Amino acid sequence: MTELIRYTAAETASAIAKGEVSAVEVAQAHLDRIDAVDKKVNAFLHVDTEGALKAARAVDEKRAKGEELGPLAGVPLALKDVFTTEGIPTTCGSKILEGWIPPYDATLTSRLKDAGVVILGKTNMDEFAMGSSTENSAYGPTGNPWDLSRIPGGSGGGSAAALAAFEAPLAIGTDTGGSIRQPGAVTGTVGVKPTYGSVSRYGLVAFSSSLDQGGPCARTVLDAALLHEAIAGHDPLDSTSIDAPVPAVVEAAKLRDVRGMRIGVVKEFAGEGYQTGVMQRFNESVELLRELGAEVVEVSCPSFTLALPAYYLIAPSECSSNLARFDAMRYGLRVGDDGSRSAEEVTALTREAGFGDEVKRRIILGTYALSSGYYDAYYGSAQKVRTLISRDFDAAFAGVDVLVSPTTPTTAFPIGERADDPMAMYLADLCTIPSNLAGNAAMSLPVGLAPEDNLPVGLQIIAPAMADDRLYRVGGAVEAALNDKWGHTLLEEAPAL
Amino acid sequence: MNLVSYEDALASYDPVMGLEVHVELGTKTKMFCGCSTELGAEPNSQTCPTCLGLPGSLPVVNAIGVESAVKIGLALNCEIAEWCRFARKNYFYPDMPKNFQTSQYDEPIAFNGYLDVQLEDGSTFRVEIERAHMEEDTGKSSHVGGATGRIHGATHSLLDYNRAGIPLIEIVTKPIVGAGERAPEVAKAYVAELRELIKALGVSEARMDKGQMRCDVNLSLRPNGTETFGTRSETKNVNSLRSVERAARFEIQRHATVLTDGGTIVQETRHFHEEDGSTTSGRIKDNAEDYRYFPEPDLVPIAPARAWVEELRAGLPELPRVRRARLQAEWGLSDKDMQSVLNAGAVEPILETIAAGAPADQARKWWMGELARRANETGTELSEQPITPAQVARVTALVAEGKLNDKLARQVIEAVLAGEGEPDEVVEKRGLAVVSDDSALGAAVDQAIADNEAIAAKIRDGKVAAVGALVGAVMKATRGQADAARVKDLILERLGVEGQ
Ligand SMILES: [Zn+2]
Repeated sequence: MTELIRYTAAETASAIAKGEVSAVEVAQAHLDRIDAVDKKVNAFLHVDTEGALKAARAVDEKRAKGEELGPLAGVPLALKDVFTTEGIPTTCGSKILEGWIPPYDATLTSRLKDAGVVILGKTNMDEFAMGSSTENSAYGPTGNPWDLSRIPGGSGGGSAAALAAFEAPLAIGTDTGGSIRQPGAVTGTVGVKPTYGSVSRYGLVAFSSSLDQGGPCARTVLDAALLHEAIAGHDPLDSTSIDAPVPAVVEAAKLRDVRGMRIGVVKEFAGEGYQTGVMQRFNESVELLRELGAEVVEVSCPSFTLALPAYYLIAPSECSSNLARFDAMRYGLRVGDDGSRSAEEVTALTREAGFGDEVKRRIILGTYALSSGYYDAYYGSAQKVRTLISRDFDAAFAGVDVLVSPTTPTTAFPIGERADDPMAMYLADLCTIPSNLAGNAAMSLPVGLAPEDNLPVGLQIIAPAMADDRLYRVGGAVEAALNDKWGHTLLEEAPAL
Repeated sequence: MNLVSYEDALASYDPVMGLEVHVELGTKTKMFCGCSTELGAEPNSQTCPTCLGLPGSLPVVNAIGVESAVKIGLALNCEIAEWCRFARKNYFYPDMPKNFQTSQYDEPIAFNGYLDVQLEDGSTFRVEIERAHMEEDTGKSSHVGGATGRIHGATHSLLDYNRAGIPLIEIVTKPIVGAGERAPEVAKAYVAELRELIKALGVSEARMDKGQMRCDVNLSLRPNGTETFGTRSETKNVNSLRSVERAARFEIQRHATVLTDGGTIVQETRHFHEEDGSTTSGRIKDNAEDYRYFPEPDLVPIAPARAWVEELRAGLPELPRVRRARLQAEWGLSDKDMQSVLNAGAVEPILETIAAGAPADQARKWWMGELARRANETGTELSEQPITPAQVARVTALVAEGKLNDKLARQVIEAVLAGEGEPDEVVEKRGLAVVSDDSALGAAVDQAIADNEAIAAKIRDGKVAAVGALVGAVMKATRGQADAARVKDLILERLGVEGQ
């Protein structure tokens, strides 16, 4: 049964559909794996054993009745704890939501359930998705399965680690500044930030509404595509949801042909701060694309250097408003309500105890940036930078089909190394943030290990909005060529847990 | 505090007013979710993740809400934005589930309009409109355990989120200058006209007593002959037409008193008290108050298509001003008489009475006479009198049928007002029907002629006008329960004189 946990999602679904294995067996194998390794990894905040087995049984019953199964029916999944799940705790990695059981499912959650996906539980994350290491979780850090003393990236470190630790073949992340792609890069897994508006945000607890985007995490490009198709599409409950057909990502992932595609290397994403081994693997990937028949050109996006400061005004501004609702009045933590204190005092004590340092830092930053007299200089200027970045992308995409860069400047750093240095931490998202500001689509996929530390390196591919299929076409081709070259997948090189 | 008299206040100062009116739209569902807006439901029974502001929930704009806002904007002669957005107004209050209100800030859906209002002397005053924008209502807090019902002194508070998310349109005037001593009257006339307009558009019932329309009166004074505006006070939630007038008047006197004493006006909100028409200090609004507005990222911009706006404009109903002119013509009233009808708030009662079958002149006679007098004496609105237009119409029908005369009809109206029941029941119970049995009347007539031979002789000689005295005698004898016209006919018939 151990082999079951090494199946891809596509293989798992196919085996279940053919009756080679039951969904319950698959679910149980993963629950056993979680039981065996998650004390070390800490990828899960909540494991829903009962719910998972019930969902798996439903798939098996459906199959027994001869009903048609969807392409992911019976496949287990690890859900980032930022999507609401009816009847199951949703904490967002924060003490302030400890004990909250949402009365409703996120649209994404119900789509997964409708697809017969078996939700194993909720994964660890930086509190309210603020961070790049999962160290900001109120429930302790998650370890990187490649080296448990290192960070698994963030904010979706739990989802990425669950994949790399073979606790689940599929996971869901959210990407506000790189929280799907950067964990994917440092754990040797695939992560996709779909076009903003293509996956519903209804039930995604907001960090920064104009940047947040849910997306698929997997161990292969095809699995990511299958999950992408299951969760994307118009949702009338999300006003920013795009009402257009989802690009044919599964088809693109199977194409494995980049001949004639024009690929732009972003000049600005190199130089100081970029680890040698990361650049080495990145440059080899570019060379590989050329060998596979793509045309590679260098492009310049000068405004990208302003992306980080703009992001750290826009995201905190929105979060300062989004997180205002956590006031101890209606749900979650309540501190100091002993009958002697006013509502304001109880709110203050609850927020003091319930929010971590990084969340408080961003609330204060955002509150300041939106204040009258400062709004134009900070929030207003940041919005202008956002426009400039979109224009840089537009100009670049006029000449190329996709852009490529390293996903993150370095490989996984040790837990604790940047915990007291927010600026160093923020640099982890240097290459990923521009796509959030512009709302386009981007993927990270593993392209090898950095020779100096034997840790995974990610290649970032960026496509124009609603051209998500190009990510899968390029990613699928690179993945196939590398697996051919290595004779196995990268994760097979990961140490046993 | 001894207030400077209104006249003295105006002798030195010129009032500048700003009126902010919130109208709850009559949409079936809330502004950003599908919950019902029905009033009077069990607390918190009409809520969902969105209007409770639960983590992860998102708003979706109510299209009827936008349509209503555009209609109001058009009726107020506003420009309609080609593109506008919602904004978040950030502040903490437990009855606001998200701790921000989804509103509009610098991009309102309608702006730059005006509303002409008619004053009691028949003249027109133009109130300029700054903007009309869309937003959501808050929940309702009730503070329990204290003496005043206010938060101060309460032991705990109860929150009802049924109202949270009900669509509101906020209509803000430009500073109203040049009204002088008529400022309070302008304020009342403006709110009254706005209410009529909203009702005519069918977008809300605009019942002030139910909180469907709420008015904030902002007021400042400047010394006569100067240009710079003074510091203003904001009297919140003034919830009847009469109160709007009283609040403006009180604030004029209060400001003048403070300024005359050499004091300074504090920029603050104030509470209005119905009992004595005064206001008291609320919350200080210094410049530190900062709502940190920014565009609502969860909603996409609204771009009302021009063709759609024109379609709505073409479909606007007859607006109150036009309607009033039509009714005046239909009822054949002079400007002065029409103005009295308007001032008395009698248009709707009269129309409803006509609709219930009464002739126009009769309907107007009752509402503008007996009932208007009573409203005036009790300081209440005409429409609040405990008699329905249908009841008034029934009384006029009884008169037309000859079952009541004018004097008896008055008694029936009074009895209905006193709660004695329907007009027919009153007639029955009090035995007020006109004495219409001609033989009984005939006896009374014969008696009157016999008792007043001299007058009877005059009438026989052609002085028909003298008949009044005999009619009076018959009416007295029948305790008023006869039809005076019939009595007159009978007397003239007996005396062999042709009626004129
Ligand atoms: Zn609702």
